[in-house]
Amino acid sequence: MRTVTIAILLAAGLLPVAAQAQETGSAEIANVNSGGQSSLRGLTELDETRQADAFKQIPKDRSPFASAYVYQPPLIPHQIRHYELSTNANKCLSCHSFKNSRESGATKISVTHYATREGQVLSDVSPRRYFCLQCHVPQVDARPLVVNDFKPVDSLQ
Amino acid sequence: MKLIRIFWRRLSTPSKAAAGALLGMGFVGGILFWGAFNTGMEATNTEAFCSSCHAPIVTEIRETIHYANRSGVRAICSDCHVPHEWSDKIVRKVQASKELVAWAIGTIDTVEKFEARRGHLAHREWKRMKQNNSQECRNCHDFDFMDFSVQGQRSVAQHSTALASGEKTCIDCHKGIAHRLPDMQGVEGWQ
Repeated sequence: MRTVTIAILLAAGLLPVAAQAQETGSAEIANVNSGGQSSLRGLTELDETRQADAFKQIPKDRSPFASAYVYQPPLIPHQIRHYELSTNANKCLSCHSFKNSRESGATKISVTHYATREGQVLSDVSPRRYFCLQCHVPQVDARPLVVNDFKPVDSLQ
Repeated sequence: MKLIRIFWRRLSTPSKAAAGALLGMGFVGGILFWGAFNTGMEATNTEAFCSSCHAPIVTEIRETIHYANRSGVRAICSDCHVPHEWSDKIVRKVQASKELVAWAIGTIDTVEKFEARRGHLAHREWKRMKQNNSQECRNCHDFDFMDFSVQGQRSVAQHSTALASGEKTCIDCHKGIAHRLPDMQGVEGWQ
């Protein structure tokens, strides 16, 4: 019984000390540089998660984007949610292929898509050009993070 | 002979109470039967029931607009695959008895078997939709109430011409809107 009482008393005596230690500990951590990173997207500390940006919307339909440089893969000026692009089906080609573009009025894929790496022209889209989204991407309505004064060459303006 | 005649008279002129009781029993029994029949049939229209065989395809819808979208309205399997009109629904349900055989012999009980049969199943549904002028689409998407001013340019170009004139029906263009597609080689309008 006596030992128990002593133990309890000791513990009670130690409690404030422990609390104090914890306090100074947290104060120290607050003073330490926690490796925060300041960038164009704002300041982020390592020990906290920055609020994610709101989702950007892809415009439903718009006129084609002007090319910024020669041989730029044209950008996709419309939404492509759930357009299947797999070994089974290629939704893009149901409008943009040579066969379908006349009726759909969509931009026709270039003849370069029919050539293999060695320059051999095939009767259909070359497998290396089949996955459209490797080069062609839709655009969101986002403000550029930095000012960009890039100007396309005269012939593309 | 007299006994028979008395018995016959009793049969041909039942008491009013007995006739009433019989009619009442028939009425209540009818309601119970009808309720049970319809409840049973509705149970075969639930997602849980469909996914007991078509599990892989039921998960596929999750990334499509018929599952997740801005307004939270969604379609389940039976909205598109079972006619809403009562008589058509019964016809489809009777046809489905053949699918019970497929279930019993395990025609699509693995993902591999299902993938091998995806084309067959898809073509059958496209044919059905083509024949009934995409009725199951139109149960929700009524052409008369489409507002072209809020549709995208590409949608308007198709809907105001080919769909309006009846030359094309929804399924002609909107294939695979709730599932992944089978091999589309040779399907009209693809590649």
